[in-house]
Formats: sequence, structure tokens, C-alpha cells
Amino acid sequence: MYDFTYHKPSSVADAVKLLAADPDARPISGGMTLLPALKLRLNKPSAVVDLSGIAELRGIRREGSTIVIGAMTKHYEVATSPEIKSAIPALAAMAATIGDTQVRNRGTMGGSVANNDPSADYPAALLALGGTIQTDKRKISADDFFQGVFATALEMGELVTAIHIPVPEKAGYAKMRNPASRYSMAGVFVAKGPHGVRVAANGAGANGSFRVKEMEAALAANWSPEAVAGIKLDPFLMNGDIHGSAEYRAHLVTVMAKRAVAEAG
Amino acid sequence: MPQVTLTVNGTKHTVEVEARTLLVELLREKLRLTGTHVGCDTSQCGACVVHMGGDSIKSCTILAVQCEGAEVTTIEGLAKPDGTLHPMQEAFREYHALQCGFCTPGMVMSAIDLVNKHPQGLTEQEIREGLEGNICRCTGYHNIVKAIAAAADVMHGKRSELARAAE
Ligand code: FES
Ligand code: FES
Repeated sequence: MYDFTYHKPSSVADAVKLLAADPDARPISGGMTLLPALKLRLNKPSAVVDLSGIAELRGIRREGSTIVIGAMTKHYEVATSPEIKSAIPALAAMAATIGDTQVRNRGTMGGSVANNDPSADYPAALLALGGTIQTDKRKISADDFFQGVFATALEMGELVTAIHIPVPEKAGYAKMRNPASRYSMAGVFVAKGPHGVRVAANGAGANGSFRVKEMEAALAANWSPEAVAGIKLDPFLMNGDIHGSAEYRAHLVTVMAKRAVAEAG
Repeated sequence: MPQVTLTVNGTKHTVEVEARTLLVELLREKLRLTGTHVGCDTSQCGACVVHMGGDSIKSCTILAVQCEGAEVTTIEGLAKPDGTLHPMQEAFREYHALQCGFCTPGMVMSAIDLVNKHPQGLTEQEIREGLEGNICRCTGYHNIVKAIAAAADVMHGKRSELARAAE
């Protein structure tokens, strides 16, 4: 790892100032992705701005029919939060499958959302739940925020501060993990909520997490695993690699969608 | 050079480190606490697991400077000063839950966090899933799982002493 200057601001305003002053500075939340990348010298930031001292980025609360989750909330906290377990149990259960215990004790929801790894769990969940990403500047719908593999609507130096999720009527998640790396080969999150029926998949798409519109239409007409069983995705839009071909991943999305609907009940 | 002040196994230390120094490097190289191991350095094996503020974390994937003010416990901090082992250490010995021992410090630290977070008890499946972040290249895990189940009973006060492995 190359050396860098370390900052630990105590407010979002100070963090944004530090990042604006230095285009080569990078924010760090849980560090579960950034630190491994720094070790490999894939990245050479001049400064690292640690967001863990910012109290306003923490906490989970319910505001009417919306769950608001601070960006620095750890996966472990999402998995065990009584508010989330009662309002969106599928989200809590999903968070309990991210990485391993030690990753969940450090990794944060905001960090995962800002990184938009194609195998990450949260992007598909937020697409399906119709979530909104709050930054230090604006609110961005999940549909506009996630823009492909590791690509988001965030501008340089813009920070995710919180995630807003409308409480759904029902939701479910299922994923097939790579047996060695445990990353998602295909995961599908289904939700029926204020934004209608929405389905999103991770791990499988050639262009990152994506909504599966044909499944949304089928489930809106008939909410049952059978409704999606016959839907075949175009392998051309899927990612193929040594862990699985595009055809295999296309097949997995349908299987995971069936399981997710069954899970949602 | 940045300075970090943290408490390790009950003792407060102020140490000069580079910003890029990892917690595990501070522990092993500055404090000479070499019980915490580095198996992979890529967040996979769990040989480096320590507790910070009561949670198990991989000390190879956190900067030392991020631990300012933190309470850290390593494998060296588990036994009593008179040498009495922690029930989890005792169980690993009793159940032959180690062969080469390289993964053991991390296994023990992860196992204690797992047991602490499940006061209602643990099924075998939960123990196996709870060890997802720890890799052992020797034991095949069976005895580790048995040791954790036995230690959990002692830690939760269901038994006053460890069930003998032969029972
Ligand atoms: S050395 Fe930290 S996980 Fe392997
Ligand atoms: S006992 Fe040898 S690696 Fe686990």
C-alpha cells in the first residue's frame, strides 16, 4: 500500500471540504473494498478521509412509512435492527448474508451503495424496493443512481449520507453464491410496495445490477413463483466468466426469482 | 508520523505509525503480539481476527489509525493472568480442534464473538455459518464446531465446566 495522509472529520461538511480540496483524496467508510484495493496498489489516493467519526451518518429510524438508514450503518446493524426486521425482514435477512461476520462488522451500507459492485447485494435491493439515495447535495432515486458496473450518479467528492426505503407490503431475496468466493453469481430481490411490483437482479448482468421488467409485469398480474418460472432472460445481457457462462447466469436469475417470490410469500 | 492511542488487552498504548499501517502490523510488529496471524492479507482467511469494541474484525483490513481510542482484544488477552485459559481455548484443547494451530487464534476470537452474540444458544448449522470468515487448512472443521458448542454451554452458564470430549 502506498502511504497517504489520513483525515478523520467529524461532520459531513468538513468531509466534503477535504474531498473538494484534493481531487486525489478518497473517502473510506468500512474499508472492506477500498483497503484490499489499496493493498494491491490499484489506487493511489493522496489522502484518505475516514467517515467513521461523523455521528450524523449513523443510525436507523422509521419516519412514517419510510425506513431511513444512515450511510455509515454497518451490515451487522442492518441485519439485526428491530426496525428493519419488522418493516423489511427481507432486507435484514439479506444483510446477514453479506461477506462474513467480520466483514459485516465493518462494512457499511453507504459504502456498498457508493461502490456499486455488480455482485453487491444492496443495489438490487434498493432498485426493487424503490429506494432513494440521499447525498450531501441531493436525493437520487435508485433507478437513476446505479449506472452500471461500479458506476453511480455520484459526482467527485459527493457523499452518500443516508438511504431512504419505503416500507413494502412484501419482499423477498434469494441468491446463488459462488461456492469459493461466496460472491453472488445471481441474486434476485422482489418487492411489492408503493412503487408497484419491482424485481432486480445482481451478480448476473453484464452491466451491473438491473431491473427485470418482464418479471415485474408477470408478478403484477400473478404474484406467484410460477408466474416467473417461464421467463427466460437474454444471455447476451448477462455476464459470463470462469465461474459461470452467460447462459447459466440467465437461467439462475429465473430460479432465484422463483425462490425470492416464494420467500416473500 | 501519525500517532494512535488504543487499549490492547487492557493496556493503553500510544504508537507512532504510518497512515498506511494496518492494525495487524501494529499488533505484531510494534507491540510484538504475534499471536494474531496473517494467513492471506486479503480479508479471506480470518487468521488475523481480533475483537474491537467487542466485535470480531479482520485486523488485516483496518488501518491502525482507524483504531484511535478503541478497545482491542487479541488472543493473548483471553487467558487469566494466572494462566487459566478462556473456556473457548480450553475447549479447543479438549476437543483437539487444532492441528498446526495457524488458524486457531482467529478461530477462537471469531468463536467467542459468535457465542457472545447468541445468548439463546447456537445450532451446529449456525456455528458452521458463523465460521464463514475463517479458513482452516488442517482440521476439516468438525472438532472446531464441537469445541465451540461445548464452550458455548460453559460461557452461557449451562454447564460449570467443559464436557469431556469422550462423553
Ligand atoms: S490475514 Fe486477515 S483475513 Fe487472512
Ligand atoms: S489447524 Fe492448521 S490451519 Fe487450522
